[in-house]
Amino acid sequence: MRTTLVLRALPPLWAALCALAAASALTLLHGESPRELYRLLWAGTWGSAYGIGQVLFKATPLLFCGLGVAMALRAGLFNIGAEGQITVGAFAAALSGAALPAATPAWLALPTVLLCAFGAGAALGAVAGLFRWLAGAHEVIVTMMLNFVVRAAMVGLGGHVFLRESVHTAPVVAGAELPRLSRYLPALHGSAANASLLLGLLVCAGCALLLSRTRAGFVLRTLGSNEEAARAAGVHVGRTWTWALALAGGVAGLGGTNFVLGYKHYYEDGFSGGVGYMGIAVAVLGHNRPLGVLLAALLFGTLSQGGLAVHALVPRELIDVLTAVVLLTLAASQPAVQRLLQAQPGARREKEQDEKDKEGP
Amino acid sequence: MARPATPARCIAITLALVALNAGLLAVRWHGRGAPAEGALRVGLVFDVGGRGDKSFNDAAYAGVARAQAELGIYAEFIEPGEGSDRESGIRLLAARGFDLVIGVGFIFSDDMIGVARDYPQVRFACVDYAKFDEHGFVLPPPNMVALKFREEEGSYLVGAVAALRSPARTVGFVGGMDIPLIRKFEAGYRAGVRRVCPDCRVLVAYAGTSSDAFKNPARGKELALAQYAAGADVVFHAAGSTGLGVFEAARERGRLAIGVDADQWDEAPGHLLTSMTKQVDVSVLETIRAVREGRFQGGLRVFGLREGGVDYVYDEPRRGMIPADVRAQVEALRAEIIAGRVRVPSTPAEVDPG
Amino acid sequence: MSAPPPLCEAVDLSVRYGSLWANRGVSLAVRPGEVVALVGENGAGKSTLLHALYGLVPLDGGQVRYHGQPVVPSPQRAIAAGLGLVHQHFMLVPPLTVAENVILGQEPRKHGLLDRRRAEEEVRALAVRHGLAIDPRRPVADLSVGEAQRVEILKVLYRGARLLILDEPTAVLTPAEAEGMLRVLRQLVSDPAGGRGLLLVTHKLDEVMAVADRVVVLRQGELVASLPAQACSPAEIARAMVGRELQPVRRHPRPAGPAEVALAVHELVVERDGVRRLDGVTLQVRAGEVLGIAGVEGNGQTELCAAVMGLLPVRSGSVQLASAAGLRDITHLPVRARREAGLAWVPEDRHRHGLVLDFSLADNLLLGHEGAFCTGWLPWLQVIDRRRLLRHGRQLLDEYDIQPPEVQAPARALSGGNQQKLVVARELSAQPRVILAAQPTRGVDVGAIQTIHAQLLGARDRGAAVLLVSAELDELQKLADRIAVLYRGRIRAVLDNPPSCPVQRARLGELMAGGMA
Repeated sequence: MRTTLVLRALPPLWAALCALAAASALTLLHGESPRELYRLLWAGTWGSAYGIGQVLFKATPLLFCGLGVAMALRAGLFNIGAEGQITVGAFAAALSGAALPAATPAWLALPTVLLCAFGAGAALGAVAGLFRWLAGAHEVIVTMMLNFVVRAAMVGLGGHVFLRESVHTAPVVAGAELPRLSRYLPALHGSAANASLLLGLLVCAGCALLLSRTRAGFVLRTLGSNEEAARAAGVHVGRTWTWALALAGGVAGLGGTNFVLGYKHYYEDGFSGGVGYMGIAVAVLGHNRPLGVLLAALLFGTLSQGGLAVHALVPRELIDVLTAVVLLTLAASQPAVQRLLQAQPGARREKEQDEKDKEGP
Repeated sequence: MARPATPARCIAITLALVALNAGLLAVRWHGRGAPAEGALRVGLVFDVGGRGDKSFNDAAYAGVARAQAELGIYAEFIEPGEGSDRESGIRLLAARGFDLVIGVGFIFSDDMIGVARDYPQVRFACVDYAKFDEHGFVLPPPNMVALKFREEEGSYLVGAVAALRSPARTVGFVGGMDIPLIRKFEAGYRAGVRRVCPDCRVLVAYAGTSSDAFKNPARGKELALAQYAAGADVVFHAAGSTGLGVFEAARERGRLAIGVDADQWDEAPGHLLTSMTKQVDVSVLETIRAVREGRFQGGLRVFGLREGGVDYVYDEPRRGMIPADVRAQVEALRAEIIAGRVRVPSTPAEVDPG
Repeated sequence: MSAPPPLCEAVDLSVRYGSLWANRGVSLAVRPGEVVALVGENGAGKSTLLHALYGLVPLDGGQVRYHGQPVVPSPQRAIAAGLGLVHQHFMLVPPLTVAENVILGQEPRKHGLLDRRRAEEEVRALAVRHGLAIDPRRPVADLSVGEAQRVEILKVLYRGARLLILDEPTAVLTPAEAEGMLRVLRQLVSDPAGGRGLLLVTHKLDEVMAVADRVVVLRQGELVASLPAQACSPAEIARAMVGRELQPVRRHPRPAGPAEVALAVHELVVERDGVRRLDGVTLQVRAGEVLGIAGVEGNGQTELCAAVMGLLPVRSGSVQLASAAGLRDITHLPVRARREAGLAWVPEDRHRHGLVLDFSLADNLLLGHEGAFCTGWLPWLQVIDRRRLLRHGRQLLDEYDIQPPEVQAPARALSGGNQQKLVVARELSAQPRVILAAQPTRGVDVGAIQTIHAQLLGARDRGAAVLLVSAELDELQKLADRIAVLYRGRIRAVLDNPPSCPVQRARLGELMAGGMA
């Protein structure tokens, strides 16, 4: 068991080391000192309170989107639509939050706004699920198309709801705002990390519990692991697809609260910056497990904030290259370890067994 | 068969990677860009995806680059990857004790006010600053300067050029998003036309009321074609990339167009009468110089013709677009404005009361 | 003249996977003219031994000798030394013809080009010589499984193999095909000029008795018996394999008097991919009865089970299930409702339909029985009662002797027999009224077969109706009270099969082949 754990840790470790080596090499080629790069990287992220706050702030939407992608993947569905889902979630949160009477108390305003964000994302996810169920359209295509639809719809709707000389909506009422963490931890002052991180942690724990403890989670995992066995066990596959994608979309939609309720208090055109697509990488890196997604989100948040911090030394593209290197190394190192795992007693026996058992049509 | 990954091999790979990293770190190399002792430290944050726009962001960069060359300052540039990086970028630079932090674009307005209040000892500059609340325009804090431009003055001059080059006595204007900022262009343009040709017609159209109106070349072409069909000889646009459609229409109809913000000649060579330029580089260089010479002042700083903040492109005889007599007339108008003898209106209502 | 050296020999051979010995101190020799049957339960190390001899897995101890010479085995050396391994899964290229497949890698050439005519002639001659009649020009894609198996054997013969190593060659064949195959193999070896030997892995003890000269039994990686085939009985071999005495499974006669009908299928018509797979099937299974479905595979058995379970749409006809208030039509109910009404299914393909291999044993026991172990007011937010599930799981693992008895181990880690016992345990544990058992002992070792048979009969004795689909005539004879023969989607005949006077195999075989009732 312990060996297995060590082996699990190897690919990420190798990925990190390769990424570091690539970063050093590129920095040297660029004519700068790698040490200086890492000093700035550290100071801009985990080395200062503000940096930590910003990393947390950036990790928050990644966490939501990563969970949105991961939950769908656990059901065997590829949710490419987190980008659209977080956008409509943010938009719904901003509009509903602004539409509430100014004096609405937080206990009423917050749940309303969160429900709207979740609902909007969930509706978008459910559309993809329904398409898969009723029309047999593959969710990759549908969710990707929905991203474009949302993009276009936001541009169209924006003209009607944005304030003058701006590309953002009216701010939400005070009761719907999520407080910044700096209110409780003054050291974080200036960073935009806010209570939606706590919401994210709650959702993350909720997803973990749902998967491991509940009947719904069990059905979802079954469907994702062996669709035919799920069908034979009496799982209504189409319905499960639909609610799984709705759940995934809702979780991604809640990610919009980070910006809208916790940071700017309004929806701003293009706020997401492709975070929904990064969510796919986060989910893959996190092995589709809630805890893994959380760690991966922190890693990507660090890379993103770190990219900004080292910008003085190296161009923005370097950070993108690094992110790519991490993912590539991870993908490349995986099969090697899998082979090693197969040399473990249990796995090997099963492989032999598999061969034995495959007769019959 | 693939080579099996034995435990020994795993350990070897790990050690090799660690050694590789250590080796790379051990390469002693002093960065080349360290600031010289006592040099002024200036940071500039572009808009998301702004760098390389051949307009606004690049002009700001050019301003800082000139300051590096002429004033020997130290500069750093940040390209944000997403919206929230704008504030983060400004804040990182401020936290590192930069002397001046510049943000390019009105979208920085909100973020910059917040950061400027947190770092009173750092000076800030926001290009095209625009911040309104329920009471109207919000003045920036004392350690922040809002760099604004009298677009109407530049537009006034190109309006005059357009009218003087229109045998049909009809010119057009295509705006992007219908907002006060763009209406300033329209107002100046119309006033310029009226000044040299009181009975000329000015056709006006806006691409829309959302930010998409700045990114819609198809709509721009459609509007421009309609204006050319209605007899316009020249169309001036203030519509971002929507204006590319205007140029397309000019090429198709063999007519003329006027560019905006930067010299857009290359977009439609031979069909570009001139361009109304915003000298963002001038404003940036001027601000840096002010900081260096200890005469930085917060608040509103407006760059008009007098300050060299707006202009129009005159590149003769290479282009053969503006005859000498037209040039002379327009330059006379410039002198009048700089001397304060003419005040250019900034809203269309002032041009056509009622 | 001294006896020729063994074609291939293992001396004290050991192979280890991690901490587990797949083979430990195994010594074995195959001589020319000899058929050695290698038997053992799933996971006993049979395939590993073959692979070690052939150089596909490295040795962790001991020695391999070809023709008396110690070697470091590798597939190249093995082929050069005249070893031919026929894998359990066909390694053929379907679009190519028989001849092309056989000569692949050893093509006869003329002017640098493939000499197709000569290839076909050679293959034809080889086939005729060994009684493996097959047209060398047919594409492999058109062949039946039995014919494809012959092509595999021709392939190794074409390369001049003298020691044929076959991994369960009859597992995918019909009884008649299997019989023919064994006859051919026997001839190959008994031809004194060939000097050939045969090493055969199989599950089926009657085959062992039919062809083998010597039986070698592996248990948990170790060689526990090496006996002359004439001198031992199937029971003896089975005991050596399992390591304990097997209680013979006995079916008691059904109590007299009619029992209520538990499952009634009426004029069922099912189409799949535009082909009519079930063409008006009518049958009834009574409580406390096992109805066997005999038939050559592909005559509608799979569709019958799928339609009864609700996994395939029904074109016409009806399916009825007993309930407290008499027979109830379930033709259009979803799968879950059918399960809740008391229907259970042991699918023929456990990996596809029966298990989630990545899940723990406990989670696999939960599959399809979520209702029994979940509590909570909101149906979809019900929480799994892990404690109860684990207790239930341990009890079942114990009752069915599932190894290893670890409820948290992934199903993947189990051998095929144990996986199958897990499926049977789950399906039978909810006290269903009707059990569909499709090929419940396919690819499963003797010990597991015995457990599964005993449990199925136990369920019958407790009053469940069992619909048993099987390709094993023995199994049907042993378990079924009545046997229905399914041929081309129709029931050809229903025969009584009382324990005292079982249906004759020949009669069944005739009906299965389409003979008249």
